[in-house]
Amino acid sequence: MAQRTTEIITGLFMIAGLAAVLVLALQVSGLSPKSAGDTYTLYANFNDVGGIAPRGKVAMAGVKVGSVRSVTLDKETFQARVELAIDADVDNIPADSSAVIRTSGILGDQYIDISIGGDMESLSPGDSFYSTQSAMNLERLITNFASGK
Amino acid sequence: MMDRIAALGRLGFNVVATVGRAGYFLGGALAGVPKPAVGFPLLVRQLYSVGVLSLAIVVVSGLFIGMVLGLQGYTILSDYGSEAAVGQMIALTLVRELGPVVTALLFAGRAGSALTAEIGLMKATEQLSSMEMMGVDPLRRVIAPRLWAGFIAMPILAVIFSVVGIWGGMLVSVDWLGVFEGAFWGNMQSSVSFVDDVLNGVVKTVVFGFVCTWIAVFQGYDCVPTSAGISSATTKTVVYSSLAVLGLDFVLTAVMFGDF
Repeated sequence: MAQRTTEIITGLFMIAGLAAVLVLALQVSGLSPKSAGDTYTLYANFNDVGGIAPRGKVAMAGVKVGSVRSVTLDKETFQARVELAIDADVDNIPADSSAVIRTSGILGDQYIDISIGGDMESLSPGDSFYSTQSAMNLERLITNFASGK
Repeated sequence: MMDRIAALGRLGFNVVATVGRAGYFLGGALAGVPKPAVGFPLLVRQLYSVGVLSLAIVVVSGLFIGMVLGLQGYTILSDYGSEAAVGQMIALTLVRELGPVVTALLFAGRAGSALTAEIGLMKATEQLSSMEMMGVDPLRRVIAPRLWAGFIAMPILAVIFSVVGIWGGMLVSVDWLGVFEGAFWGNMQSSVSFVDDVLNGVVKTVVFGFVCTWIAVFQGYDCVPTSAGISSATTKTVVYSSLAVLGLDFVLTAVMFGDF
C-alpha cells in the first residue's frame, strides 16, 4: 500500500483514539469544562456520618450544589467533622439551615441534604451548620424497637 | 536425582539469562532513537499494522462484551429494582477492568503473535544479520519502531474498546430492554470519575501495551531460527503475554483501587 494512504489511515486511527478519550471524559465521566468552578467551604458536625465519604454529593432540594471534601474525627467532641465544598454561586444558604444525611433510594448512596431555614442572614465561608441530623442507622432503629425504647 | 537438581539449576540459569538478554535488548531498542526523517515513516507503517489492523477485532469484541454486560447486568439488577444502575455497572467494568485486560489479550493474540512471527522469520532468513553486515542496527531499524507502535497503539485500542462497549451496553439496555436513558447516563456520570477511573484504566493499558510488545518482539528476536523455533516463540508470546497481563492487572488493581 502506498505510504501516503497508510499515513492517512493511521492518522484517522489516532483521531479515533482521541475522540474516544473525549467521549469517556465528557459523556461517560460527566466531566464538563465549566465544572472546575469556584467553591467555598462549610463545616457540619455529625454524631454518625454513616456512609458519607469524600467526593460524596451535597444537595439542596435534590439539586447537587457541592461535594464532600473530607471527613475527620473531632477529638474533643468525638463527632465527625465533615468539610463541604459548596459551589460559589450558591451563596445564600440561610444561617439556620440544617445538614441532613439521606439515602437516595433504598440501596442507594448516602448524601448530605441541606434543609433550608428561614433566617435572613446566610452562612459565610468557614461557618458550621448549627443543626445536623445523622445518618439513619437501621440496626440501631431495630435494636431500639426490639428493646421497647 | 542429581540429574533432576542439575536440570533445575540449568533452568534457573536460563531464566536469569533470558531476563538479562530481554533487558539488554529493551535498552538497546529504546536508546537508539532514529532520526525523525527515517524513523517516522517506519513508525507509521508499524502503527498501521499493529494498531489499525487490530481495530476490527477490538471493535467487534467491545461491542459484544458491552451488549453481554448490558444483558447480564439488567437481569441481575432488575431483581433489586435498580436496573437504572446498569449504566454505571457497564461503564465502571469496562473502563477499569475489561477494556484494558481484554484489549491486551486480543492485542497479544492478534498483533503480538504477528510481530513475533515476522521478526522470527527475519532472523531465520538472516535478514537481521544482513542488516548488521550493512552497518544498520536492526534494533533501531526493525525493533524500535515496532516497540513504539505497540506502546502507542494499545491505549488507543483500549479506549476505543471501552467506548464501543458502553455504546453496545446502551444499545441493549436502553433501546432494547427499556432502561430510562436519562438515568442510564446520569448514574454513569455521577459514579465514573475521569481521573480515578478513566485515567487509571489508561495507565493500565500503557503498562499492558509495554509488556505485550516487549514480550512479542523479544521472543521474535530471541527465537531459535528454524520453523519449529518460530512456532514455539509465537506460542510463548501469546502465553507469556496473557499471563503477564492477568498477573499485572491484579497488582495494578490492588495499587489503584485497593484501600491500603
